[in-house]
Amino acid sequence: MAGLATTFGSGAMTNSINEITGAEVIFVIGSNTTEAHPQIARRILEAVDSGAKLIVADPRRTEISRSAHIHLQLRPGSDIALLNAMMRVILSEGLVDDAFIEMRTENFRELRKHLLAQDIDQLAAVSGIPASQIKKAARLYAGAQKGVICYCLGITQHICGTANVESIANLAMLTGHVEQAYTGVNPLRGQNNVQGACDMGAIPGVFPGYQQVSDPLIREKFERAWGKALPSEPGLTITDMTHRGRENGIRAMFIMGENPVMSDPDASKVEETLKGLEFLAVSDIFLTETARLAHVVFPAASFAEKCGTVTNSERRVQLMHQAIPPIGECRSDSEIIMELAGCLGYSMEYENSAEIMEEIALLTPIYGGIFHDRLETCWGLQWPCPTRDHTGTPYLHKYSFARGKGRFVPAENIMPDELPDDDYPFILMTGRVYHHYHTGAMTRASDILSREVPEAVLEINSYDAEEKGLRHGDMVSLRSRRGEMEVRVKPVDTISRGMLYVSFHFHESPVNRLTNPALDPVAKCPEYKVCAVNLEKA
Amino acid sequence: MHFRQVPTVCCFCGCGCGLYLHVSEGRVTGSSPSRNHPVSKGNLCVKGWHVHEFVHAPNRLTRPLVQKDGRLVEVSWDEAMDTAAQGFQKILDRHGGKATGLLSSAKCTNEENFLLQKLARAVFSTNNVDHCARL
Repeated sequence: MAGLATTFGSGAMTNSINEITGAEVIFVIGSNTTEAHPQIARRILEAVDSGAKLIVADPRRTEISRSAHIHLQLRPGSDIALLNAMMRVILSEGLVDDAFIEMRTENFRELRKHLLAQDIDQLAAVSGIPASQIKKAARLYAGAQKGVICYCLGITQHICGTANVESIANLAMLTGHVEQAYTGVNPLRGQNNVQGACDMGAIPGVFPGYQQVSDPLIREKFERAWGKALPSEPGLTITDMTHRGRENGIRAMFIMGENPVMSDPDASKVEETLKGLEFLAVSDIFLTETARLAHVVFPAASFAEKCGTVTNSERRVQLMHQAIPPIGECRSDSEIIMELAGCLGYSMEYENSAEIMEEIALLTPIYGGIFHDRLETCWGLQWPCPTRDHTGTPYLHKYSFARGKGRFVPAENIMPDELPDDDYPFILMTGRVYHHYHTGAMTRASDILSREVPEAVLEINSYDAEEKGLRHGDMVSLRSRRGEMEVRVKPVDTISRGMLYVSFHFHESPVNRLTNPALDPVAKCPEYKVCAVNLEKA
Repeated sequence: MHFRQVPTVCCFCGCGCGLYLHVSEGRVTGSSPSRNHPVSKGNLCVKGWHVHEFVHAPNRLTRPLVQKDGRLVEVSWDEAMDTAAQGFQKILDRHGGKATGLLSSAKCTNEENFLLQKLARAVFSTNNVDHCARL
């Protein structure tokens, strides 16, 4: 999200999900939308049905790319080359939105200078897409009145994730495709409340509502509300804790509802770090790979057993109602936190989650008008919603960007941290499948979902499979510089030669033992999407 | 058979579909989409239709666990809380908040995330709080 913060000033979907239906051109990049965000894919397909044009950039021939008018099957990790090439075409063919750039943006001269120094054919060669295709896509996107870009982890999970996002923002601003309905830049969020967890300040540098911990005035506001002196230094990010915890002096951790041993890159390193802690407490609904390492495990209530709000990808804050009492002796994470705080000598007492929401509204301007009683009678409110009579904001940056003027941030293409070589000749990409979710803790408990997709499969180009003497269903051992795993292969024609694809939902095939923990320097997002591997028949 | 329908939000991806959980005799037995919800509009993906199934999974944790002699054993809430509080207090006393780290969850509610970062900042005195958004 750092990339949208530097360019637009706010890291969230600029539009509502329903607005996608009204776009004239939709550009999907780094998102396997049909499998990972089915409802958004549905809107995209509805738009295509009513005449919209669809451009998909993905190294794999995904389901959504089959409906695309143009499929740009780029090399993994060459997104910036593709985006720069598209912008170069737009610039040289005079398709830029001069009025928008003049009134609403800054730093255009830098971008222009940067683009003029680029050669389209060279960029096309880097991305592996014919220049003619790139030109077609650029003209299509720039020529539309209403253009929507949707991107997902295929953009952010690279060492150049932030620069990738900035390049997408550059493209949108260059053509004036922001600030209106049906027109914008939309990061699709992967978890039901990942937007909310960010909004609530569960990140090292900000309080709720993206208010900087380093700002003395902001800190004073929170210190007064909470009656405690608060630290001013931004803290450590997740990988600084789970991979370099020892070096960073971390001795004790509390992990609520996450399974980093399965979900983080270079998972053996995470396991080693957590095992080395002097104290670890975990709260979860299952005894996950992470919970097994804990000194204390709290049984948490699931979403059906508690009341509270979650914020979806389009910034819609919605109320979840409690359906049943907590099973067994489970307690909600709120209760666990309140009691732990009490045991540590800090009184944190709330009657219910509605009362917690009142404190959130009081301290968080973008959530200032959001209260449970309002959410009871509607389908949620989209932030910013600063006051009780505000009806929410369907699309952002109308008249003005959150940061004032939109800022162009030119970027050079950065090759993936680990490229294939003689020892590890294949590029491995990771992702999700339609039937499962994340580390599989929840979806694998369903008989039907497990029956549909019982195990991980490694997709390999059928020519590569033939060369290696592999047939559908053979077990292979897959190795990277960091670890290995066994997995069944499926020869396909949807990925290019030299590439492999596998999902990360199955603990029997723990692909994150192989993935590369190299980080984007700004967002600190690891490069899950690309690592070099080798395989042989098991 | 008598059952209630409770409106809620799907707990999987970021689409945020509005759905109804079907509750019968204290158990969640099914789910169905809301017809009027702006995202789901009468439609769910295969995960949403089966979202209720993990709730009563036999391997759900139902009692607190504490590690004793290298094994996790079931204990009372009081014992688990005391052990956790002592474990953290010891580190906080000796090394301060900077020696602690907290991971929040994109699966928990806003209220829970708010409380967790408040626990980190106001009680543990550290900004070492993060979750999996960047992953």
